[in-house]
Amino acid sequence: MKSKILAGVGIAAVAAAALTGCSSSDGSSAEASCTNKIVNEDATQVSVWAWYPAFEDVVDEFNNTHDDVQICWTNAGQGNDEYTKFSTAIESGSGAPDVIMLEAEVLSSFSIRDALVDLSEYGAADVKDNYTEGAWKDVSSGDSVYAIPVDGGPMGMLYRKDILDQYGIAAPTTWDEFGAAAQKLKDAGAPGVLANFPPNGRAFTQAMFAQNGSVPFVYDNANPTDIGIDVNDQGSKDVLAYWEDLASKGLVNVDEAFTADYNTKLVDGTYAIYLAAAWGPGYLQGLEGSDESAQWQAAPLPQWDAADPVQVNWGGSTFAVTSQAKDKEAAATVAKDVFGTEQAWKIGIEKAALFPLWKPILESDYFRDLEYPFFGGQQINKDVFLDAAAGYKGFTFSPFQNYAYDQLQQEVTAVVVDASKDSATALDDLQATLEKYATEQGFTLQ
Amino acid sequence: MTTHAVAAPPARTGRHRSGIERRQRVGWLFVAPFLVIFAAFLIFPLIYAFGMSLFSSTLATGTKFVGLDNYLKAFTDPLFLGGLGRVALYALVMIPAQLVVALVAALLLDNLATWLSKASRLLIFAPYAIPVVIGALMWSFLYSPRFGPAGTIFELFGLDAPNFLSSGTIFFSLVNVVTWQWSGYYMIVIYAALRSIDPAIYEAARIDGANGWQIATRIKVPMISSSMIMVITFALIGTLQFFTEPTVLRSVASGALPADYTPNMYAFALAFSYSQFNYASTIAFSLAIVVFIGSFGFLFLTRKQNGLK
Repeated sequence: MKSKILAGVGIAAVAAAALTGCSSSDGSSAEASCTNKIVNEDATQVSVWAWYPAFEDVVDEFNNTHDDVQICWTNAGQGNDEYTKFSTAIESGSGAPDVIMLEAEVLSSFSIRDALVDLSEYGAADVKDNYTEGAWKDVSSGDSVYAIPVDGGPMGMLYRKDILDQYGIAAPTTWDEFGAAAQKLKDAGAPGVLANFPPNGRAFTQAMFAQNGSVPFVYDNANPTDIGIDVNDQGSKDVLAYWEDLASKGLVNVDEAFTADYNTKLVDGTYAIYLAAAWGPGYLQGLEGSDESAQWQAAPLPQWDAADPVQVNWGGSTFAVTSQAKDKEAAATVAKDVFGTEQAWKIGIEKAALFPLWKPILESDYFRDLEYPFFGGQQINKDVFLDAAAGYKGFTFSPFQNYAYDQLQQEVTAVVVDASKDSATALDDLQATLEKYATEQGFTLQ
Repeated sequence: MTTHAVAAPPARTGRHRSGIERRQRVGWLFVAPFLVIFAAFLIFPLIYAFGMSLFSSTLATGTKFVGLDNYLKAFTDPLFLGGLGRVALYALVMIPAQLVVALVAALLLDNLATWLSKASRLLIFAPYAIPVVIGALMWSFLYSPRFGPAGTIFELFGLDAPNFLSSGTIFFSLVNVVTWQWSGYYMIVIYAALRSIDPAIYEAARIDGANGWQIATRIKVPMISSSMIMVITFALIGTLQFFTEPTVLRSVASGALPADYTPNMYAFALAFSYSQFNYASTIAFSLAIVVFIGSFGFLFLTRKQNGLK
């Protein structure tokens, strides 16, 4: 009997000790799990989620130069992985960082859930002049500013000079020339194709449509329940029909982007052209299995009308302050200043291959004349990306952009992969699906 | 358990009853840690999720109570019903496939007594020891047109390798992955059941003139029918909740596998991609209802063979 009581007490004690191992974490979790080193222990700590490569150096730069605020950084995943964690934290009311890296396309999805702080009350106007018009428009909605721009993705065309020279093809400047070049490459019996049109292109596909005048969404946070949807305009239909035609003739591939197969094909010469954003070179350089004899060059994106060039953007990110931030002033300071110095941007450009939207660096001679060894010393910013960034006027995304992209992917897959629909029907179906979804979610269609 | 009651004479009832109560209290003390965790991580979340499923939250207009309207919406949602149809089709194909492989393997191994049978048992069971996600990731590389062996193998015969990840072939690709992973587990269960049959029955059958095949089909299989029913029930529940393999393969085949391919994937996408947590809870519970009906229905239909009273 005694031994049984002893055993029972012992078990209870072990259980209690085990449970205290789960320490309470409602204030200390951020500090407990910084990836970087905190320089000044007494200062206010601001937790940051970001996935930039080489970001730790930028954080150290900030921590070493600021006495009153320190950054505590963790990489919470890339893109959607981070967004699902953020979304769950918003729903549960805790667990979100103070400052979070968000791509511009998901800003309205989070601002509509009151997850982001309006930075116009925290001095956003002070830094507005440091950013291009297009970049600022992407982070604003009416008078509210929901994030500070960091890097952008102005689009250009990266091509394999060695492959195009081998088959006597000049780098195309219009989409008509592009189609002709694709045909010429195939007729010459090349093992690869000219380019790839990924069905899961998401923002890439949207940018291609935008280049032909598509304005898919009209949305303003000032009237959060109104939305205008126009995804089946003639411009988009023409673009999709163009790619449908090339795909059906086998002149371009329709491989899904960002898979292991796709990464290999990018660097081994299967695709002679990579329609890329300014972060594309950094992405290429990070891939294994590159062709040793590859000579990459950058050129402006092909245009529909050579006389009236339209510049578009794919991706790019911002820093937003979350509504769960304890010290919003400090968080806003971090968002504005972390990529607000030359030193930080030197690291961002040289180590992370980011394209800055911060004008003092963007417009500097250093950036303009920068020679990229990957492109054989070509000054790709001067030649391609600076004009692309300057010409970019901004873009409006929907507050349910993830859903819109998934539906877009299904429709594009049906057109170019399964060949079960033509492009006009697919976009009409997409319009109907999005309108139905918006109405179900309580939006009023404009 | 009556070992202690037998020894206690009636005259000492008072002390004896408190002895039983004390043992019961100590028993509860032992179970308490498990119960706490069970309640915290299973019961409360279920209740909370059910509560969430009674509300509706739209992006534009916020949360309001709608009672069981969400369930009506779920059971008329073409994506949910489509997903249900798909997993039902998977169940119809995958369960017999796994069962046949497991049964044949178990019967064969039951007949052999050599070291080969021990090695084979281990090899067939090995895929089950691999975590499901790792197994699916491995298969995603095996199926890849560039990295997989299919290209090389088909070239030997002068043929073009089929694309295992296109919409037409993804069904069989997934069936293959699941069968590879789970047949070993079911084989072990059936093998254990076979081992528990008294060999004297086989001798009696042989004396009566039965050959090996007849012993297998007329004696062994009926005698292990309750194990087989259990195996089928587990497989049914697992298949209706099909999630891991399609989600892992989505990273290489997102065209063939949309986000709502199975009801579980649909619930996941609703919650974490589209931020519709309430409706996601509804879908999850609706799926649970279907799984309940499916598994209890199956157990009821096989009540003669399944060995449950």
